[in-house]
Amino acid sequence: MSEKTTVIEAINLTKIYTRGIEEIISVNNVSFKIDKGEFVSIIGPSGSGKTTLINLLGCLDNPSSGEFRLGGRSIFGKAKRLSEGELTKIRREAFGYIFQNFYLIPTLTVLENTVLPLTFYCKSGAENEAPKLLKLLGIDNRKDHLPGQISGGEMQRVAIARAMVNMPEILLADEPTGNLDTKRSIEIIQVLQDLNKKEGLTIVMVTHNQELARCADRILEMRDGHISNIDPLTGDAVPPFKS
Amino acid sequence: MITKFQVAYKNLWRKKVRSILTVIGIALSAWVLISLLGFNRGYENSLNKDIDNMGFQLMIMAKGCPYEAATLMLKGGTGLRYMDESIMKKITSEPEVDKITPILMSAVFDPNKGESGGIAAYFGVEPASFAAVKPFLKFKTGKWFTDLNAYEVVMGFEAAELEQREVGDMILMPDKNVQFKVVGILERTGTQDDGTIFVPLKTLQKIFNRPTEITTIGIKLKKGMDSTRLEDKLYQLPDVQIVSLEQVKQTIMKLISTAKIMVLSIAIIAILIAMVGVINTILTSVWERFQEIGILKTIGAMPRDIFLLIWMETLILCTMGGLLGVILALILSRVTDILIRRVLPYAPGGGLVVIDLKLVLVTMFGIIFIGLVSGIYPAWKAGRIRPLEAIRGEGGK
Repeated sequence: MSEKTTVIEAINLTKIYTRGIEEIISVNNVSFKIDKGEFVSIIGPSGSGKTTLINLLGCLDNPSSGEFRLGGRSIFGKAKRLSEGELTKIRREAFGYIFQNFYLIPTLTVLENTVLPLTFYCKSGAENEAPKLLKLLGIDNRKDHLPGQISGGEMQRVAIARAMVNMPEILLADEPTGNLDTKRSIEIIQVLQDLNKKEGLTIVMVTHNQELARCADRILEMRDGHISNIDPLTGDAVPPFKS
Repeated sequence: MITKFQVAYKNLWRKKVRSILTVIGIALSAWVLISLLGFNRGYENSLNKDIDNMGFQLMIMAKGCPYEAATLMLKGGTGLRYMDESIMKKITSEPEVDKITPILMSAVFDPNKGESGGIAAYFGVEPASFAAVKPFLKFKTGKWFTDLNAYEVVMGFEAAELEQREVGDMILMPDKNVQFKVVGILERTGTQDDGTIFVPLKTLQKIFNRPTEITTIGIKLKKGMDSTRLEDKLYQLPDVQIVSLEQVKQTIMKLISTAKIMVLSIAIIAILIAMVGVINTILTSVWERFQEIGILKTIGAMPRDIFLLIWMETLILCTMGGLLGVILALILSRVTDILIRRVLPYAPGGGLVVIDLKLVLVTMFGIIFIGLVSGIYPAWKAGRIRPLEAIRGEGGK
């Protein structure tokens, strides 16, 4: 990768929740960049704000202040809040999401679950993605099964296929291995690494599993709303804005 | 590719029992609705047919309660009033009159009829003039009596079946202990004539000791004649009342409207209950799928997509319920007939519930419309679910 393009840029991003009279600063003045084709892990203890951060990156939530740029385009700026419809439009253009609980529709088959996003929005060329993805993820022999008939690891593969079917630029994974045993977790991480290396997909993954996080190119650690860069090889903190 | 419709349809099968119960609820209310609307139409049709089959448009009766007269005419009964047959001469000469026939109605208590006895209706008639006003009367076997003083009878279809009589058999008039010979049996007409026993007028007058009296004069008007002018003239005659069958029809329709309002109220309540059922079912299933719906938004569904998805579910439930209701109504229309006859003060012969294609379409349209209205709230609620809340598991609010 000779010339790196920044796809995600957070500048002084802050998210404050009010719970009763208490104000919780979940993400506190965070700034960083993620380049195209990077695989970034976000780690940190419970309540450190890592899920809030990935939700902000995935345009699932509006920040309280700060700026967020996606592919050079300013999404959230000063006092700029987007409606649910506007957020949806950005999301379906740029992102694919996978979650700890897979969230497959139990009444639809593996193939139907995979093509479900195309019912709502279909990028040109996306019509033929599903069979390719199922094959790539090694679940094409399961395409007519219902989610209840396959294993947890296979369910997460279906969720990945569903996230990828509209050919997103960025895959956001929130604890993708949280419900899986070690063996299946490693398999899923390998799948993500493959997608990253072979397809050049940008991946941002939240996990509390340090070992799995090290499979990424770069680790961001969240602690009390603040962020620091960790070297995936040494485990030492490195200065922000590493590029 | 998979369509929104397929997603919605498949989802309903997730909770089979709940969906089926909701469909049954809608079907029952559709059944009530279609039967009621079909009844309105069928009742009026049957009544019109009954009245047309009387063969005459005006009746003259001795003065008394008009309602009583109306019921007597259509059902037979007791408490009869009599007038002298000489009155006929005054009527025949009127220019509007085409044909005229005298009738002596009499009701005899028959202890062997039914479980605890019943009324047998005997009509004294002149065959020549009676047959002329009722040209549609046909004989299954035999013919009219020829001698007006003979002890012979012609039996309506049902009367003959009930008494198990054939032409040539004898029949005893209970109470009076008089024997008649059956000379004819009529075909089924679907009117009150079916249950009547016709006796020569003079004979019946003799038996009841009313040598010159009759209860009714039936008047058939010349084609296209206006009955009101004749009615005005006839009102000049002493001690008689004129019953126009058009009036009778309206009176009966008025009487029946009470029963109609009652059934309509039941139908409206049934529909309201079904509507609440639909809202409840869909709303429950929306809350159960709170996270799933939120996730749909992360994979690209707009609020409008979710709204349509949930709305389609109500549409499917209501269409299935409506169809089932229509099928129920068609299959069970005879049962509905019997049920309605029990609550009505008077019911004409023939089918009371008439269901045609137009009625089916109107009901289906109505049920689907109601379903769509019921679906708006749950669908709107679902469309507003934010993906973030769904992921955090803050659902169920």
